[in-house]
Amino acid sequence: MNLDAKVPSGALKDKWDNHRFEMKLINPANKRKYKIIVVGTGLAGASAAASFAELGYNVEAFTYNDSPRRAHSIAAQGGINAAKNYQNDGDSIWRLFYDTVKGGDFRSREANVHRLAQVSANIIDQCVAQGVPFAREYGGLLDNRSFGGAQVSRTFYARGQTGQQLLLGAYSALMRQVGLNAVKMHVRKEMMDIVVIDGRCRGIVTRDLVTGKIESHVADAVCLATGGYANVFYLSTNAQACNVTSTYRAYKKGAAFANPCFTQIHPTCIPVSGDHQSKLTLMSESLRNDGRIWVPKNQGDKRKPADIPEEERDYYLERKYPSFGNLSPRDISSRSAKQVCDEGRGISATGYGVYLDFAESIGRLGKHVIEERYGNLFEMYERITDENPYETPMMIYPAAHYTMGGLWVDYNLMSTVPGLHVLGEANFSDHGANRLGASALMQGLADGYFVIPYTIGNYLAQNKTDKIGTDHEEFKKAEAESTDKITKLMNIKGKKTPNAFHRELGKVMWDNVGMGRNEAGLKKALVEIPKIREEFWNNLTVTGTNENLNTVLEKANRVADFLEFAEVLAHDALERDESCGAHFREEHQFPDGEAMRNDEKFAHVAAWEYTGVGNKPIRNTEPLVYENIHLAVRSYK
Amino acid sequence: MKIKLIVWRQNSPTDKGRFETYNCDEVSPDMSFLEMLDILNEKLILQGQEPIAFDHDCREGICGACSCTINGVPHGPEKATTTCQLHMRKFKDGDSIYVEPFRAKAFPVIRDLIVDRGAYDRIIAAGGFVSVNTGGAQDANALPISKHYADLAMDAAACIGCGACAAACPNGAAMLFTAAKISQLAFLPQGQPERKKRAIAMIKQMEEEGFGACTNYYECEAACPKEISVRFIAKMNREYMMARMFSE
Ligand SMILES: Cc1cc2nc3c(=O)[nH]c(=O)nc-3n(C[C@H](O)[C@H](O)[C@H](O)COP(=O)(O)OP(=O)(O)OC[C@H]3O[C@@H](n4cnc5c(N)ncnc54)[C@H](O)[C@@H]3O)c2cc1C
Ligand code: FES
Repeated sequence: MNLDAKVPSGALKDKWDNHRFEMKLINPANKRKYKIIVVGTGLAGASAAASFAELGYNVEAFTYNDSPRRAHSIAAQGGINAAKNYQNDGDSIWRLFYDTVKGGDFRSREANVHRLAQVSANIIDQCVAQGVPFAREYGGLLDNRSFGGAQVSRTFYARGQTGQQLLLGAYSALMRQVGLNAVKMHVRKEMMDIVVIDGRCRGIVTRDLVTGKIESHVADAVCLATGGYANVFYLSTNAQACNVTSTYRAYKKGAAFANPCFTQIHPTCIPVSGDHQSKLTLMSESLRNDGRIWVPKNQGDKRKPADIPEEERDYYLERKYPSFGNLSPRDISSRSAKQVCDEGRGISATGYGVYLDFAESIGRLGKHVIEERYGNLFEMYERITDENPYETPMMIYPAAHYTMGGLWVDYNLMSTVPGLHVLGEANFSDHGANRLGASALMQGLADGYFVIPYTIGNYLAQNKTDKIGTDHEEFKKAEAESTDKITKLMNIKGKKTPNAFHRELGKVMWDNVGMGRNEAGLKKALVEIPKIREEFWNNLTVTGTNENLNTVLEKANRVADFLEFAEVLAHDALERDESCGAHFREEHQFPDGEAMRNDEKFAHVAAWEYTGVGNKPIRNTEPLVYENIHLAVRSYK
Repeated sequence: MKIKLIVWRQNSPTDKGRFETYNCDEVSPDMSFLEMLDILNEKLILQGQEPIAFDHDCREGICGACSCTINGVPHGPEKATTTCQLHMRKFKDGDSIYVEPFRAKAFPVIRDLIVDRGAYDRIIAAGGFVSVNTGGAQDANALPISKHYADLAMDAAACIGCGACAAACPNGAAMLFTAAKISQLAFLPQGQPERKKRAIAMIKQMEEEGFGACTNYYECEAACPKEISVRFIAKMNREYMMARMFSE
């Protein structure tokens, strides 16, 4: 497998400029002759689709939601990073680049991350021009806040609804193009497969979620912007429908899957309350600006938080990491929470929770300031838990949240299948083994607004495609495969629901492939996952028909892919015999519990190649060469 | 808790539809309304019956997908709360609850509790944007915006496009939704160049979609999970009048 990252030559800071100059262009009048398909209309997909149409390409966009405005990006709360240095606190492109590579525990590609930092400033400009109502100071300029893993204030936000406002900005740009008939928007359509002809991706097959119809769509290039796979853990902070289907099926058609084991567990979520739980709700990391995290010093201390005196509280993040304190990166904060709970000092009925306490900042700043900063988050917390966080500390616990892994892409965001590009959370490119807060929105919009509009032209200009129709045999074959898959799911007629299988898989993943991983657990998962999969194909029940809107069938189709993909994830976690970032192998830690990397053996990307269901995939590697950064032990002390 | 659910079932857009009754016996007060439906659905599937179809995704009250009318009120009885954030502790043991789709002429039922809200997307496509292409923007701080207007714009922009306003309105009007977007952009300097054109185009589209007119019932504001204020409707009316009088 060829994993040439195609990183341009020249000094790091010149690479993107050089590349933009060297790329081939397409004459404006010819652009409309090219069709580009964009699957997914979250931040990455909507921004890409709108930008393509503005350039003059012919675009078709797809989402399984009923409107592009509902994509999972809408749920992002805290903010978006950009190296604007508006606060005059020492920020720069270099610092954002450095923080991101370090935050990712030195497992990302230097050139990609540097480009991300470079275009970050343009994103804020673009969004403001669209009318995104970012928070402002009294003088009328933009306000910033701090996020984990950084010592500067570079996070732009719109109350606790930053993702919503950014997505609505991208959505409005997209809808403008829909209104101009430059984008054809397909809603409630799920991508089932990609179609590869003569070695290039030439289209997709979809299922209409209302009529069940399987359809083919031809294009000159395809972009997947279909988000992450954190729902492989069943309970996560992701929206209910988030799934791995599009990227996994592309993987089965030859796209390498990179670093699937890099999954992020977010430290501040509302703890599980019972078996009925369908999702875990995130409490934005921005809360850690003003909230202090603690547990009782003594095991099994069941007193009310207010009755536990200061000296019997352990503000463990402030104690262990005095310089970053409550704003330590996510992986470190999550593991520390697990550690204190494993020691028996956890709170809440289950013992799996820690306090996030605002008493001190309410005392210092006044309730109204806290209310203005986090009012909607506090309300959401109260609605779910029935407790008032102005009066009693929040209870939080880590939950599966984000996936750094994804389809392998080169510097141009193209996968190992020529013509198939991958954007946003769906690709693996920028966050290494751990993503810093407020960097996913930045990456999704960087990919969509400022990277792919250039690089796709370069691809199209150099790859003339023949005219083909949906009657091409490869399309017919892919349609037949998708139809077969649906028929098979409908005809098992067993006794267990798709949700029951998903829950079972999630438990195996959380227990063995979650926050702490070890060889025995991973090997166990590799035995358990195929067992669940086998039962799935023998004992699944799907009610209704294919020809009508069928939520059970939708779910079964997605769970089927999770059940195969989970195995790739576990293989990756087992083979990466080191700890780095969010991938914590218990065998590899310093005496104080910090992750111990093994740069000699693992300073590379692992890109997995499909070899058949149940077979061990092939592990290919792309070495990570650091020419500008010195690999160091990550320290936040 | 024991809860009796009386749920609208409709197989397809052309099916006439009917209410069906279901008994939920083990409802925990900590469950969300949708989690109660999840559990009922799991039971139905195991009995070989088709589950109740409903729209949902984020379950955090932000995506605007969930859309049931509960006891006659879009998103149910709790103020400023979407269906997905409504918890069963707000009901009493033994309660009977009616569950229906959002009803408005412009929102045809697709199945059970799922309706087609594509009309809202088309209203946005008619003018709910600033026509700036990617790449041409000036520095974000080049144009200061007073915090007052930025905050007002944000108040309007908080709309999640769920459709509760139209479902709550006796006239099936989409005024609050349309007004929120028109107001957001009218408060900001970026929205000025297309201000008049936008108001006219969006209102025209709204009427073409079959939404009714506003006769000041204010049911929309009461049902809105994001508490978007009807003041924005007044603003929209002013915007529209000015646009009509002084249109270019
Ligand atoms: C609760 C929460 C809070 C967050 N807060 C922040 C934050 O404050 N700052 C930050 O930077 N990041 C945050 N993140 C992360 C960030 O929101 C996401 O990583 C990012 O929005 C992903 O954007 P995306 O465009 O890649 O994908 P998504 O927004 O997930 O969009 C995926 C799209 O693909 C479509 N799709 C998927 N599969 C298919 C298919 N098979 N067929 C058709 N369509 C398909 C979906 O319909 C959707 O349109 C948060 C995440 C969560 C869960
Ligand atoms: S499911 Fe997203 S708002 Fe209710």
